[in-house]
Amino acid sequence: MTAPLPPAPTPPPSYGYVSPIPVRRAHLGDALASEWTKIRSVRSTVWTLGTMVVLMLLIGLGVAAIASGQGGNMGEESALPLGFFGMLPASICVITLGVLTISSEYGTGMIRTTLTACPSRSRVLTAKAVVFFLLVFTVTLIVSFAVATAQVAMVEAAEPTAAEWARATVGTALFLAVLGLLSMAIGALVRHSAGAITVMIGLLLLPLVAALFMFAPALKGLQEALFTYSLPSQMIALYSDRPPFTESGPAGWEALFILVGVAVVGVGGAYALLNNRDV
Amino acid sequence: MIELEGLTKRYGTKTAVDHLSFQVRPGMITGFLGPNGAGKSTTMRMMLDLDNPTSGTVRIDGRHYRELDEPLKYIGALLDAKAMHGGRSAYNNLLCLAQSNRIPERRVGEVLDLVGLTAVARKKSKGFSLGMGQRLGIASALLGDPEILMFDEPVNGLDPEGIHWIRNLMKALASEGRTIFVSSHLMSEMALTADHLIVIGQGKLLADTSMADFIRQNSRSFVRLRSPQRERLLDVLHENGFVAVESGNGTLEIDGTTTEALGELAAAHQLVLHELSAQQASLEEAFMQMTAGAVEYHAHGGAGDPGAPPAAPPGPQWGARAGGPTTEEL
Repeated sequence: MTAPLPPAPTPPPSYGYVSPIPVRRAHLGDALASEWTKIRSVRSTVWTLGTMVVLMLLIGLGVAAIASGQGGNMGEESALPLGFFGMLPASICVITLGVLTISSEYGTGMIRTTLTACPSRSRVLTAKAVVFFLLVFTVTLIVSFAVATAQVAMVEAAEPTAAEWARATVGTALFLAVLGLLSMAIGALVRHSAGAITVMIGLLLLPLVAALFMFAPALKGLQEALFTYSLPSQMIALYSDRPPFTESGPAGWEALFILVGVAVVGVGGAYALLNNRDV
Repeated sequence: MIELEGLTKRYGTKTAVDHLSFQVRPGMITGFLGPNGAGKSTTMRMMLDLDNPTSGTVRIDGRHYRELDEPLKYIGALLDAKAMHGGRSAYNNLLCLAQSNRIPERRVGEVLDLVGLTAVARKKSKGFSLGMGQRLGIASALLGDPEILMFDEPVNGLDPEGIHWIRNLMKALASEGRTIFVSSHLMSEMALTADHLIVIGQGKLLADTSMADFIRQNSRSFVRLRSPQRERLLDVLHENGFVAVESGNGTLEIDGTTTEALGELAAAHQLVLHELSAQQASLEEAFMQMTAGAVEYHAHGGAGDPGAPPAAPPGPQWGARAGGPTTEEL
């Protein structure tokens, strides 16, 4: 350090090894590409989404065939709400995939490799969320549109309005994708596949099942609340303009907004914990 | 260059890593040695920002790990061999890592070739043997062609061929001017590969020294003698100013002399010798003595006290060879 400076300016001493691979700044787009590779290269994606598609088609068309065989008496409704029966099992597939998207990384230890490669945990979670959301939204939109078209063609009922069409296709696709995001958040919080899937299936089914057995008059209020706000009821509400069971409660897009609110809380919690927790 | 400054990690009341400060310098292999549970893996996880330190900092080339946008180009790490998704092919496991750091896709093929996994590139990694998994982990560490490489117990569970391969790879990487930081709980392994040594026990720094210094300070050389005329031999040795220490089974150990001197002395007094051999205490022994107070899980019973290991354990030892620590064992 105290040696006199050489006459000509020399480059800084490059101690160590210099790679010939150019350093280019990585950003969210690179994380998205990475997450896309991850989600398309595991079999669980193909299985869960494949099962979802099959169930939506089989159940949607099956219910429509039965309704049409019975003379298509749908009351005042169009044929679109028939899509609900495929959506319920589809939601279980989406829950599974959503949880696995992140919990499988914890199960295999891949999460350490992932976060070593991308230390910005928010970027990892954002990339996962975006890729997963777009994938589920696209697939369910295509399938729900196909099923809705078939149902309307098969069953003689009231002609659906444009708003009903939008909710039965874009609405259901958004609903499932947001439900999947909530599952992903629970997967990030619980960090265990079986545990997180159990939590989500419980959340999906238990309120409704519990409400079924609330015979005591003292529990009437609780029963109504559970019926109105359980996830399957929200899916039905999405198809209808009026609250489907009681006088009040969400109807139409409101059902989706409630789920978005819950998902925002869940995903926010996942961001907070992922950023502060040891891996 | 990696710099640790007062790095501390506490889990409740238990201190896993206790005010660790040291530097890992480029162009050499730095061995990170400590008994099981000494805090090696915890330290390495904190270096990679996977675990948050209770206090203290780690800097990679002057920056915190989280400030690196494409860390794989600065630092590659093998933490544990199975830190990959088993359902994904080796190629795709590496591809998603490459993409997240903007590393060109052709590099995936290059590193697979480098570690010899090209033939199984499209196979699911869960079917891989331990050695193949380790190679895949090393491929992921080399993906960004980084200047710094960290290996956590890289030879664990490998066969001799695999161990040999990893040793030579680390030496080749260090000779290119890279910083190599490798952890192990085996002194003998470190003696064969490392240029510099950092020893920790119960999270505390016990030694930060060059390998050569460590060997010089810790390997005692002595001559072992055995004779049926033990009493006369002891008298002769005493008369000539040698201090003999009895080490059981009628053998004597004499420090600070050579076999030639003692052989000629015995011949001059017409003493029969059954054994006359040069011995060197193993570095493993020195390491065990250094960490004796810091070993977390002691085995109790007849196996002996790790604080006082037998002077010359049976079986082949690299330290007992004439060539010393530079000989390749395999």
